[in-house]
Amino acid sequence: MIKVQSEDFDIGGEISRMTKDNTAIGGLACFVGLVRDLAGEAKINSMTLEHYPGMTERQLETLEAEARQRWPLQDVLIIHRYGKLMPGDRIVLVVTASSHREASLQSCEFLIDWLKTKAPFWKLEDTQSGAKWVAARTEDNKAADRWEKS
Amino acid sequence: MQLLYFGWVRAKIGISQEEIELPAGVSDVRTLIDWLQERGNTHSEALEDLSVIRVAVNQEMAEMDTPIAANDEVALFPPMTGG
Repeated sequence: MIKVQSEDFDIGGEISRMTKDNTAIGGLACFVGLVRDLAGEAKINSMTLEHYPGMTERQLETLEAEARQRWPLQDVLIIHRYGKLMPGDRIVLVVTASSHREASLQSCEFLIDWLKTKAPFWKLEDTQSGAKWVAARTEDNKAADRWEKS
Repeated sequence: MQLLYFGWVRAKIGISQEEIELPAGVSDVRTLIDWLQERGNTHSEALEDLSVIRVAVNQEMAEMDTPIAANDEVALFPPMTGG
């Protein structure tokens, strides 16, 4: 399931909802991305996430479908927020559930790696030294590339 | 045709979207970008370095040779930073 929203999410509540009626789930992996308080040396006052409504949902659905194709998953949840967020705020939640741990752990890592480079979000940091767009990181591209099928 | 801009591409161009008639000679992403670069200061400045420009046609990631038609939605933006 995909949710793109400005409001916060409740991690425990989401996991409870996922596992309540599905006792085939033997384990789940969860990744939560948060707004950091530092950009290099500069202190961050806030971060604003812009996205491409419509395409965002389509891309996230494609990522979920890809994960389900690669691993035997019982359930997938991706929640991604947009709008103005403060340091410590939650940005993104990825939960993957499977009968055995390997599929959930690997697919969770896969999804967050691909989210970084394939989900149409752009981050504007408001720092002590002014507003600055977050640039794509080479490390993130490398992390995403290792999941590409040759 | 609907043109959409996001991230610093939007900030540099100064608008988030515009409606244009498909210009003569524009048939794919490459020729559209060529046409936009010739239009004026903010467009040419924003699209100066194509290594940091990504394009989506009808909300699907596109390449330079992806065809473009009159009723398409074309978005230009920097590399994505999700997660």
